[in-house]
Order: sequence, then C-alpha cells, then structure tokens
Amino acid sequence: MDNPTKDTSKTQELTYELRVKDAMDVNFITIESSTSMKSLREILRKKRILGVPVADNGQLVGIISIEDYVECMENGNLDEIVGNVMTKNVITIFSDEPLINAVRNFDKYHFTRFPVLERENGKIVGMVSKIDTIKGILKKLEIAYDDKHLNKFSTRSLINDLIADKICIELKYDVEGGNFEKAGNASTRLKKSLKKLGLSSSITRRVTISTYEAEINIVSYTEKGVITARVYSDKITVNLEDKGPGIEDVDKAMTPGYSNAPGWVRELGFGAGMGLPNMKKFSDEMTVNSVVGKGTTLNLVFYLNE
Amino acid sequence: MKLKEIKEVLEADVLTDNYDPEMEIALGCSSDLMSDILAFGKPDSILLTSLNNIQAINTANVADIKVVCFVQSKIPNEMIIKLAERDDIIVLSTKLTMFVSCGKLYSIGLEGCSYLTFEE
Repeated sequence: MDNPTKDTSKTQELTYELRVKDAMDVNFITIESSTSMKSLREILRKKRILGVPVADNGQLVGIISIEDYVECMENGNLDEIVGNVMTKNVITIFSDEPLINAVRNFDKYHFTRFPVLERENGKIVGMVSKIDTIKGILKKLEIAYDDKHLNKFSTRSLINDLIADKICIELKYDVEGGNFEKAGNASTRLKKSLKKLGLSSSITRRVTISTYEAEINIVSYTEKGVITARVYSDKITVNLEDKGPGIEDVDKAMTPGYSNAPGWVRELGFGAGMGLPNMKKFSDEMTVNSVVGKGTTLNLVFYLNE
Repeated sequence: MKLKEIKEVLEADVLTDNYDPEMEIALGCSSDLMSDILAFGKPDSILLTSLNNIQAINTANVADIKVVCFVQSKIPNEMIIKLAERDDIIVLSTKLTMFVSCGKLYSIGLEGCSYLTFEE
C-alpha cells in the first residue's frame, strides 16, 4: 500500500493476465436482422440498454443502437427492418484476447461495449463493457486476496456450498497421553477448523469446550486417544476413544465435584470433577461406554439448529 | 467496560503484543479451576487466574474469553505468551491478589459471569 506505483502496475499486470472471456458478460441478448425497428424500441426499453448486437444463427452481422432508432423515427422509416439500418462494420474482440485489448479499444473507439466473438467459429459469445472490465479485475483481486487470507478470514460456509444428499466432513486428531504441554492442542485445532467451515461461534464454542474437557481426560488418565469430529449439515458429532483404565462408575463420575484425578492433574487446573458434567452441559446428547481395563468411548452430539 | 479501564484499576502490565485499549469487556470471571471457567465463563469476558500454565490460555481460547490476567505477580513463560498471541488472546499481569483484583473490578462496575448451574 505504501508504494502506489507498485499497486498500479499490479492492476495493469492483471489486464494483461486476464482474458476477455474472464470479464465478459455472457447474459447478453441478440436480435435477428429481420426484427422490425418498431419492436426494437420495446426490446431496448425492456432490457434498459442503448444498443444490441444483431446476429443471425449466432453469427454477428451488425449492431443497432437507440441512435439508429431515433434517426429512423426522424426520417419516418420505422417500418424498416433492423438489417437495413444497423451498422455492419462492427468493432469486435475475440474472447481469448488479453483484457488490455478491450481497454485499448474503449479508448480508441469511444464505444462503451464490444461484442465478443469466439475465434474458431466467429460466433458471438458475450459482450464486454468498461464495467465488466472493472468487475473482472476486482474479481481477480478478490480471489488473490482470498487465497492469501484464507487462513485468517473465511466466513463462507463451506458445508452449505457443497452439494450432496448427505455431507460429512471428518476431522481426526491424535491425543498423546500424559503430555500436558500438548493438552488442548487437538481442541484448539478443531476450533480453528470449525470456524473455517463457517460454523457459528456459539456452536463452535460448545463443541470445543466439551472436546477440550474430554481431551484433558485422555491426557490425564490414558496413554493415547483419538478424537474424531464429524460435521454434518444439521449436526456435529464428536467421538473420543481411548485405551485407558476405563471409568469404574460412570454415574458417580457424572456427579459434579466427584474426581479421582491424580495430584499433578489438579495442579494444572483440572481434575475438580467437572469434566463429564461440563461435557453433558454443553452437548445435546452424550453417551459414555467404558469398560474397566479396556478403555472409554465417548460420543457427543451437537445439533446445529440451536 | 473498556480494557484500558481494567488495566488501570488493576495496575496491570501488558505481556502480549496484541493489546487493544478500546476493547469492550462484558464480564469477568476468576478461578484456578479451568473446568469452572469452561462451565460458567462467558464470551468476551476477562479471566483472572493464578494458574500459570498453558491451559489457562487454552481454556480462554475454547471459551471465547478475550483477556487473561494473571494475578499475584504471576508471569507466564514465553511459550505461553506466544500461544496467546497466536490465538489472539491478550495477556495481562497484576501484582494484586485474586481477592483484591476481583473486588476492584466489581467495584467499578464489572459484573461477574453467571453462577455455575447445571440446570441451564
């Protein structure tokens, strides 16, 4: 930003890089040369345009504008057909030309729009205007900006943009037991990913608080575990599995304040018997399957329509 | 309440490079038990704690708490500061005790996050 010359050249660079087809308007209309001048007026009025390309069977044969119409009206020639009034020598541009050529044409001919032709068959495939050119450049800049800042800003809801009968995005995290320095690593990475998927901060908060509590349990009591979060279009599920000692009495463990955490866990700010109650509080459904000596599986469900 | 008012009343030092004096802080919470904070902490609040380890930052992160203030002259290590900066959490440190810190903030009108209940 502190170097305007550099920024200008970047925009210029883009006009060389971009092709006419990247910026052209493909939602254009054409009329046939046999159209009457009387109906031309209605077409221009309805479409709110000042001119329209004339094409027969896709081949551009001319262009006709509101000025031609006014001239016809003054001369009392409104019974003519478009083909006899239109400008036949039309300045066109090919779709594969660099956008800079269109910019040059605007300067050179002082026309506001040019028909765009396909080089192979000469058929009209679009129209390009100054506005289209600017939009094309802005779009390109936006994409470049997005790619650069995707890590920081992504508000697009990816899951809503995907098309399928059923969608499930699976996120897996390995948790290392006993390593308190790394505890929370999985949950905070999950949080970032959920945000990137465009999920609301309230559901993201509920999911990551619960997952964090469960992750702390895996780190505190087991050697390792796996956290699998699945994001569906209507819910998020989190599955936590470990091969730890298991929970002897799940009901007791669910009691707020009940804990058999070792001292080192308590010193680190946990182990106060609030883990499972917290997970239950923040999730919509929770199931605990624990076998002493084998391990614990915890399933949490969060519905998206809060 | 603006963060600069909180910093002033706690006579706190700023430890991270992301300090925003105009940041609005809605509520306060304090505990050394992170599960308590997870249970009743609210987004956009400040956490006062003497738990000087990485889990204070992780807790703030998952609970959407914006500012962590370590009380009683606790100074977290560099790794904790870096983690906080990465997660966009502002870290302060005050010489005041937990009791005095909370009392001062409450007396200038900073409300506490709601009581811990499981009936919600």
